[in-house]
Amino acid sequence: MPRPDSNSEAAKTVRTVTLGRFSDALLDPEQPTPAGIVGPDGKKADKRFDVYRNNVTVSLVGALAEIYPAVHRLVGDDFFRAMARTYVRSEQPKSPLLFRYGDDFADFLEGFEPAKKLVYLPDVARLERAWLDAFHAADAPPLDPAALAAIAPDELAEQRFKAHPATRVVCSRFAAVSIFSANRSGADLSGIDPAIAEDGLVTRRDFDVEVRTLPEGAAAFLQALVDGNTLGEAAEAAVAVAQKFDLAAAIGAMLEAGAFTAIATKD
Amino acid sequence: MSKKTLIGASAVAGAVAMALSGATLVASTTGASAKEKCYGVSLAGKNDCAAGPGTTCAGTSTVDYQGNAWTLVENGTCTTMELPGGRVGSLEPLDRDLPA
Repeated sequence: MPRPDSNSEAAKTVRTVTLGRFSDALLDPEQPTPAGIVGPDGKKADKRFDVYRNNVTVSLVGALAEIYPAVHRLVGDDFFRAMARTYVRSEQPKSPLLFRYGDDFADFLEGFEPAKKLVYLPDVARLERAWLDAFHAADAPPLDPAALAAIAPDELAEQRFKAHPATRVVCSRFAAVSIFSANRSGADLSGIDPAIAEDGLVTRRDFDVEVRTLPEGAAAFLQALVDGNTLGEAAEAAVAVAQKFDLAAAIGAMLEAGAFTAIATKD
Repeated sequence: MSKKTLIGASAVAGAVAMALSGATLVASTTGASAKEKCYGVSLAGKNDCAAGPGTTCAGTSTVDYQGNAWTLVENGTCTTMELPGGRVGSLEPLDRDLPA
């Protein structure tokens, strides 16, 4: 049987499909199969393309369910899949790494009308994202408290810190941390008042991601430090938002959690 | 240094000293602490994986109670739950029941 040479009709039409048109049609079932998608026999391959794009959508929906298991359980499987499908239609993966998919899913949830009543849902999603990003962040040994003890007391307020690659601060106007933690551990959610604001600190000292509820003002304190401010400046930022801010407790929590790796050297 | 501060250097120093004394470690760890990784207790294909989608470790165990596959269980129950054949779960990977 003679092989079709490179000048055959089939080979010419295949080259007319651009990657952009291919991927746009992938996530939108209303779009027709891009012209030039053909089988080995040179005929149009509508069914094959439909199977392929269904697989793409299902796998991305499945990825979201695995990245956001608490959100998945909170809304139930049917609701989650319908919601995720809406998201997948508009968001192509930006990375070939599947666990990176859906980095702005929480923002999407903010605007997703059918889930509006679950006001805490976007923040739970932000915690889940932070959890997985912390899990995949680079390893680094946490700051040794002895390094802090070695600094002259009158210079402590001027110190800056290097954030650990896994460290994430997540602020919520709702009880997102309690809901996240209870849901992830299979505990009962009934005792939780969702209206109580909670801030969370996500860290990973060794292999296991840890999520802490932060005392009042500590989130502003830690975020200021992560942003490169000095210890004194961060303490002021915290007092500005929370008069009852306990600086010693916040420093204790940051050391215990391993939120930083080192004291930044002066420029 | 020129900036007027509400919190003096001595207050910061005092807080650091208190924190280092370990007296103020109040933040509670939640979530991960309520469960523990338990090796050697999951049925074939039912082991957990924490790495998310696109990774291949979840559901990859091929024999029941595979010793190097883990699943999350309630804290404190791993080594006490009853398993067939006198097996016990472990917080560390085990050498028993490995796939051939």
